[in-house]
Amino acid sequence: MRKTLKLSMVMMLSLSVLLAGCGKKDDNAGSTTGAGSDKKVEIGMVTDVGGVNDKSFNQSAWEGLQALEKDGKIKPSYLQSTKADEYITNLNKYVKGKYALTWGIGMSLGDAIKTVAKQNPDSKLAIIDAVVDEPNVKSVTFAENEGSFLVGVVAGKMTKTNKIGFVGGTKIPVIEKFAAGFKAGVLAVNPQAKVYIEYTGAFDKPDLGKTSAATFYNDGADIVFQAAGGTGTGVFNEATERVKKGEKVWVIGVDKDQSIEYPDVTLTSMVKRVDEAVKRVSQEVVDGTFKGGAEELTLKDNGVGIPDTSSKNVPADVLKLVEDYKAKIVSGEIKVPVTEEK
Amino acid sequence: MSKLSKIFTGNIVVSLVAILFGLIVGAIIMLIGGYDPILAYQSLFEQVFGNKYDFGETLREISPLVLTGLAVAFAFRAGLFNIGGEGQFIIGMTAATFIGIKVTGLPAYIHAPLALIVGAVCGGIWAGIAGYLKAARGVNEVITTIMLNWTALYLGNYIVTNFLMKSGMDKSFDIQDSASISIQSLSSFFNDARIHWGMFLSILAAIFFYYFLWKSKQGFELRAVGHNHNAAEYAGMNVGRNVVKAMFISGAFAGLAGAIQILGVFHYQTIMSGTPGTGFDGIAVALIGMNHPFGILLGGSLFGILTYGSAGMSFGADVPPELIRIVIGSIIFFIAAQGIVRWVLKPFYSKRKKEKVL
Repeated sequence: MRKTLKLSMVMMLSLSVLLAGCGKKDDNAGSTTGAGSDKKVEIGMVTDVGGVNDKSFNQSAWEGLQALEKDGKIKPSYLQSTKADEYITNLNKYVKGKYALTWGIGMSLGDAIKTVAKQNPDSKLAIIDAVVDEPNVKSVTFAENEGSFLVGVVAGKMTKTNKIGFVGGTKIPVIEKFAAGFKAGVLAVNPQAKVYIEYTGAFDKPDLGKTSAATFYNDGADIVFQAAGGTGTGVFNEATERVKKGEKVWVIGVDKDQSIEYPDVTLTSMVKRVDEAVKRVSQEVVDGTFKGGAEELTLKDNGVGIPDTSSKNVPADVLKLVEDYKAKIVSGEIKVPVTEEK
Repeated sequence: MSKLSKIFTGNIVVSLVAILFGLIVGAIIMLIGGYDPILAYQSLFEQVFGNKYDFGETLREISPLVLTGLAVAFAFRAGLFNIGGEGQFIIGMTAATFIGIKVTGLPAYIHAPLALIVGAVCGGIWAGIAGYLKAARGVNEVITTIMLNWTALYLGNYIVTNFLMKSGMDKSFDIQDSASISIQSLSSFFNDARIHWGMFLSILAAIFFYYFLWKSKQGFELRAVGHNHNAAEYAGMNVGRNVVKAMFISGAFAGLAGAIQILGVFHYQTIMSGTPGTGFDGIAVALIGMNHPFGILLGGSLFGILTYGSAGMSFGADVPPELIRIVIGSIIFFIAAQGIVRWVLKPFYSKRKKEKVL
């Protein structure tokens, strides 16, 4: 028996030596081809735990990078984080790999970006949905409250029952911004309407979204705005089932134009142009004009808003009203709250 | 020593072959998916052993896995199936965060151990609930521990939201510096990898596991209850008390794992939308490690290497990190289905037996 142990030890050792040898060789080969192929700017992107196919901001950000890749300017790549403790290591993979720019997508990467930026002051980093106060970090946030105000106007005008639901993911400041803007928008055009706000506590639980939506619809609401990522797909499923049965209910989508995926039930969507932001900041790196700092993309910058496809289900006079309110917000005449008024 | 090696060698060949089979299955799936398996495994090992930073981070990945693996194995040795490592992990995290933030004015050599101990004890109490229900009411611990996972998740979120939340964020304040168990000097040696005392604690915990179960009277009782609780009762042992005790110690391992993640890695706690998964991974680690503490050290290392290396795989060879879960899954399959492995090894085994007879 002891012989077996010895034998297996020897085998393991030799295997590890062999593999280590392979690893080294590959490393050299990789770096030479990488530098030699062409002068494309390498840009890395680290997702949060939602993953790159989250039908939300991670996906949107990746689409932004892919668009730039098509123009032949950059060579993008992404790493998906499966756990929060991978944020720093994934970011470091790009930073230590001397990528020209490293993106962190989502506010949960805020601390990781800060740590990595401090440890590597020569690197360039950028983050979506959070503000990181380091000279080598570009922080891009969005005025979700303003965009939500506009879809609130649509909901307030279109509701027949004067009852409107809001399904949020976790109760965190970003999502509260959605809720606050939405409620203000509804009440601005329809003071009689009631907005019911519920947080499911999760961004990845469609079953919870479905339950919340069912509760709202059963209580007589006819429009539900979801700002809950993957949980939101449950809201869409519930609405689709009800529309099939002949009920007249709507969902307002979030982050991307969700009418593409759910054409029958999507009234409109609160679009966040994460892709545009990623594209623009990445372009700055290509052009060499990148500067750290914080930037909030508002209605004025077309950073948030409603998609053109809204005209399919929303009548023209309501869209006209939306435009009016948009102008008022842009001019500063209306200040949209960021937290719910008590 | 001979006893130890017997426990080891009895299974180590089977484990190694199972690991090899798992890697081969992964390679086949990669080939089907159109990926280069050799490049993928190269990138995996390069990610882990390529430089000091990644090696340090791999160690960081391994330590909580070892502890949750020990948690599952300890309960298993006493005939209990603790699926609640996840919940006990979260309770340990929350308790450590609470002590780390709220208790002030203590020197580091008291504050950090206090936070660790409270984290472990709270994890133990959490598992003890399931143990008590089993002992007093006969409720199946599989069901209670699983349900307590969700209770723990929401309780943890509730505590962070209401008592520890940094306003405008989805996470708690940072813990006091005195509660941190990070080792700055070693971290800078590993190029800022997050090295902490928890790594040594997990090894100590494995040693404690071994001595407690095999060298102490209490451990003997626990194992006796695990083998046959009727016989243990007939022999005059208090089965109920042993069940609660086994669950408490099991939960303490998981709670300690949670505590070291907070005190050594994150230094704050976020609002979690789902359970972190380390507790469930512990079940796999315990299986790979054959429920033996030193096996679990190796099993946890393997699991950690594969998990941490998976990022390298997707970076170097574009292989999705989910694939490494398939590899881990097949390793567990081959370990669970030992018959297959033994069948393959049969020719070697019979030869050796003849040698022994001679």
